[in-house]
Amino acid sequence: MSRIAARFARLRQEGRAGLVTFTMAGDPDYATSLGIMRGLPKAGVDIIELGVMFSDPMADGPAVQAAGLRAHKAGASVRRTLDMVAEFRRSGDNETPVVLMGYFNPIYIFGAEAFCAEAKKAGVDGLIVVDLPPEEDHELRPHAIANGLDIIRLATPTTDAARLPKVVEGASGFIYYVAVLGITGTKSGAIEQIQESVERIRKSTDLPIVVGFGIKTPEQAAEVARVADAAVVGSALVEIIGGKGDTVRSALRFVEGVANAVHSSRRKAKADA
Amino acid sequence: MATSVNSYRTGPDERGHFGLYGGRYVAETLMPLILEVERAYNAAKVDPDFHRELNYYLKYYVGRPSPLYFAERLTRQLGGAKVYFKRDELNHTGAHKINNCMGQILLARRMGKTRIIAETGAGQHGVATATVCALFNLPCTIYMGSTDIERQAPNVFRMKLLGAEVKPVTSGSATLKDAMNDALRDWVANVENTYYIIGTAAGPHPFPMLVRDFQSVIGEEVRKQLHEMEGRLPDTLVACIGGGSNALGLFHPFLDDRSVSMVAVEAAGLGLETGKHAASLTGGKPGVLHGNRTYLLQDDDGQITEAHSISAGLDYPGIGPEHSWLHDLKRVEYVSATDQEALDAFKLLAKIEGILPALEPAHALAEVIKRAPNLPKDHLLVMNLCGRGDKDVFTVAAALGIKL
Ligand SMILES: Cc1ncc(COP(=O)(O)O)c(C=O)c1O
Repeated sequence: MSRIAARFARLRQEGRAGLVTFTMAGDPDYATSLGIMRGLPKAGVDIIELGVMFSDPMADGPAVQAAGLRAHKAGASVRRTLDMVAEFRRSGDNETPVVLMGYFNPIYIFGAEAFCAEAKKAGVDGLIVVDLPPEEDHELRPHAIANGLDIIRLATPTTDAARLPKVVEGASGFIYYVAVLGITGTKSGAIEQIQESVERIRKSTDLPIVVGFGIKTPEQAAEVARVADAAVVGSALVEIIGGKGDTVRSALRFVEGVANAVHSSRRKAKADA
Repeated sequence: MATSVNSYRTGPDERGHFGLYGGRYVAETLMPLILEVERAYNAAKVDPDFHRELNYYLKYYVGRPSPLYFAERLTRQLGGAKVYFKRDELNHTGAHKINNCMGQILLARRMGKTRIIAETGAGQHGVATATVCALFNLPCTIYMGSTDIERQAPNVFRMKLLGAEVKPVTSGSATLKDAMNDALRDWVANVENTYYIIGTAAGPHPFPMLVRDFQSVIGEEVRKQLHEMEGRLPDTLVACIGGGSNALGLFHPFLDDRSVSMVAVEAAGLGLETGKHAASLTGGKPGVLHGNRTYLLQDDDGQITEAHSISAGLDYPGIGPEHSWLHDLKRVEYVSATDQEALDAFKLLAKIEGILPALEPAHALAEVIKRAPNLPKDHLLVMNLCGRGDKDVFTVAAALGIKL
């Protein structure tokens, strides 16, 4: 079983939802970023999502854009991101799933085949490529599959009933539901709409459904955790990392707070799952 | 549609690809919307009412057809090919950009969209968009890099007079590519009511196709006009390349006429060897940006690098995907001209023909100046004079060290 599948199996067993955090690899520098990453599992994170810096992140708001710039200044690259995952695995965590999230160009330039092989070797479990909709992911998918990496697809409020089958077909790991019409770090979605969408998506897939975009506080995360299999917190965490002082400590303290809220929020409607 | 393997005019395929290039590399949120744009465009394309309406506005509002002008004094001075200018700088708003804006705003109206956004570099596309929005009473927001806002101040003021909101973009290099990022971000957040009028033959499918189609009026008119004046096809077509819309507009109707050679001119900035240029075909390699695969200026990690050109309209690290395809097939020859060559051409045209060209077509003119003298006197060369230079007088003055 893949690390992602194993993690969701365990969450199901424990009858709770998971917490996914997004941080930008190499932000604000390699050592700090790795330090935060190492602390995440103990702070209560169930899945680590790691951003791969790109100069033109068209689905990201100011917080993630700024994180990318900080990482870039400090020498982040695709290669260094893979190094960081490998170093994280070497320090002893062989269970927490790591998902890379980014844009296609850096992967394309690295070479899709080489990238998937190296990512697997480093200990990556899945890929989210924001600008690679189902219509265009044929260049990456075969290599991801050959290396046992999950291709995690995004569903959004605009993914209507006609289109949803296309999105879930060939997806693996989990479905990432983008809870708002918009970019990262801006507005937040209404919980009723999120719940309705999650239930709609559940009808067409058995994959776990993870909800992200616009979740900034422990309360919001807990609310989402009641209707989805996991909640993603990104920009709010990234903003702390971009702040002053001991960012490792303040980031992990923030994560602990969110994790507590998520983990103690029992899932509704569990019975019919 | 008739497809012939030896036609250059049938692209893109139904998935929006021109060979390896093009496609729809966008976030899922946008996917349903660009599929809807494609459906709406395909329906409009075969609807006589749509064309009747478009032709009406092109004729009575834009001022088409634009003249094809024989530049007699320039021809004599260069001593070779007969040089013709397609005078798209005489269009309302002063550039070819309005051909595309008129087509797209009519499409947006058919789709029931109530808000328009656009990106702009030189400001010509922004002005053209603001103009058609005023005409049809639609609110519009124009994204413009703060660097460009500075060097194209007259156009910023024009847009505001036309009622547009101009949003400065400070991310990245604060030029055209960054304005396009922010326009895409706006669109993702406002898919319900907003239509994005992309200003060049780039972006995700179907934009490269529909922008090309709306600009093809340029080449279609040239074919007719030159036939009236010379009784035959041109021998060489020359145009400048930012994203490539004016060039494709001129070239596309002639792509299957094998006797017609085509030359597109990228901006070489301070010189290709300096790395400070905007020549994505000559100095870049294929990658994925702004929804399509095409040649891009980028580093070894796949990070997009900054372009440089004295001309804000050419200052883009990519190029429309159809050009990448035509480049690989060698149907079009891609060359470049430096800032200095463009400035020299600008000054020459002002003196010898009484026309101030925009700095963008001044790059095309620089190539004409190099090429025409070596061509026979009966060689018919048509250059797309796609914009007028009023917007550039401050930039040119600064480059010449003159304080206005
Ligand atoms: C006058 C003029 N020519 C050319 C361009 C470049 O665009 P394209 O290559 O799409 O024609 C611009 C862009 O702003 C322009 O204003």
